[in-house]
Amino acid sequence: MNERSTSTAAPLARLIEEFYRLPGIGPKSAQRLAYYLLRMPAADAHSLAEAIVEVKDKVTLCSVCQNVTEVDPCRICTDSARDRSIMCVVEEPLDILALERTGSYHGLYHVLHGAISPMDGIGPDDLKVRELLDRLRDGETKEIILATNPNLEGEATSMYLSRLIGPLGLRVTRLARGLPAGGDLEYADDVTLTRALEGRQEMDGA
Amino acid sequence: MPPRARLYKTEAIILRWRKLGEADRILTLFTPAFGKMEAKAKGVRKTTSRLSGHLQPLNRCQLQLAQGHVSDVITGCETIDSFRGLRDDLDLLSRALYVAELTDLMTADHVQSLPTYRLVLDTLGRLEASPAPDTALRFFEMQLLDQAGFRPEIERCVSCGNALEPVDNFFAPVAGGAVCRQCVPGLAGPRVMTLNGLKLLRLLQRGSYNDVARVNLPPALAEEVERHLRSYIISVLERDVNAAAFIDHLRREGARTKIEV
Repeated sequence: MNERSTSTAAPLARLIEEFYRLPGIGPKSAQRLAYYLLRMPAADAHSLAEAIVEVKDKVTLCSVCQNVTEVDPCRICTDSARDRSIMCVVEEPLDILALERTGSYHGLYHVLHGAISPMDGIGPDDLKVRELLDRLRDGETKEIILATNPNLEGEATSMYLSRLIGPLGLRVTRLARGLPAGGDLEYADDVTLTRALEGRQEMDGA
Repeated sequence: MPPRARLYKTEAIILRWRKLGEADRILTLFTPAFGKMEAKAKGVRKTTSRLSGHLQPLNRCQLQLAQGHVSDVITGCETIDSFRGLRDDLDLLSRALYVAELTDLMTADHVQSLPTYRLVLDTLGRLEASPAPDTALRFFEMQLLDQAGFRPEIERCVSCGNALEPVDNFFAPVAGGAVCRQCVPGLAGPRVMTLNGLKLLRLLQRGSYNDVARVNLPPALAEEVERHLRSYIISVLERDVNAAAFIDHLRREGARTKIEV
């Protein structure tokens, strides 16, 4: 969006251009958002601006687990109630939120900040793999749960990590892959179905 | 290329994907009838998507598509072959991704090429089944270069046009192929090409895959031919293939592990 309309005030045109740089925002959406901000109460607009500045100033990566945090080390890493013998490796900080929502996991995390994607030129050196290996040397961790996405990049990342961690003698597990809750069996692809069959479990209470 | 109906079906190999918006993906497909094309897959990043399992890169599938304004939209999909053997082995997976990326880089959009489709399909099958996946990769590279119109000249010297002597010659990617000893001075980036290297390159170019698969390759010769083909591909594309860097990474780590053991 190079052309700046002469009929648009310069500060507004600048705001439209800034919105346009965001992912998933096209020229029309950028204009709509900018005009919405223009009409909103000044206090709300200032609050939004402060939130943006604050997030850039105060939020950093936890030096231990690489999750986003405002205190370093983060609250999960310093929580003495958590099981320190088990570590869950995820691709993105948002995956931690999803896992925490379940309330079923009480161990530690490690965020890779991406997945290996050879065709896009993203290799192990572009992820927080070295930091993971450094953490595992402390001897406290007994099990690693590989919780990368069940797609091509996630599987490649898991295979790579298990190859790397295997020689350390830790228990390496992978999140179960199979049929999603609410799905129909007839629509499942053969890889998913095969993995669901491999991971089948005994029914309790028969 | 046949005209597409508003709703149409095609077989395809999924070469790659990229995220779009909240839960969509844009897929790069390689089809027998329409060549390489892009299509949108809506909602496939959600766990409840019925299509997501079928629409993974390297899958060969039967697709139903609806014509869209910008790109066509996938409305149905069934897997024909998921090449599972490639997905469960990191070394094979990295090579299969190399095949997909090179196909993407070497082919133009909407140009039908049935021989190239067959070549890609056969190569994925060979990678899965062959005890020597790198040989399948070299055959693929040479044949793809040929089909894409970048066949390297290895019969005669690219500079003087004379037949090559049965001795060690040179390979100059920028010049387009083999160079004899007399013409080498002044050429950019020539590398020594052994007589066996030349013979193997010719076999890859003229022979069938079965002929190539029968050859027992010493590691040094395999390395030499890989080097020549890679440098030639880089000179054609004016860039390296990303997946090749990952194959190198795995090889380096494999070698390091062996030394440590």
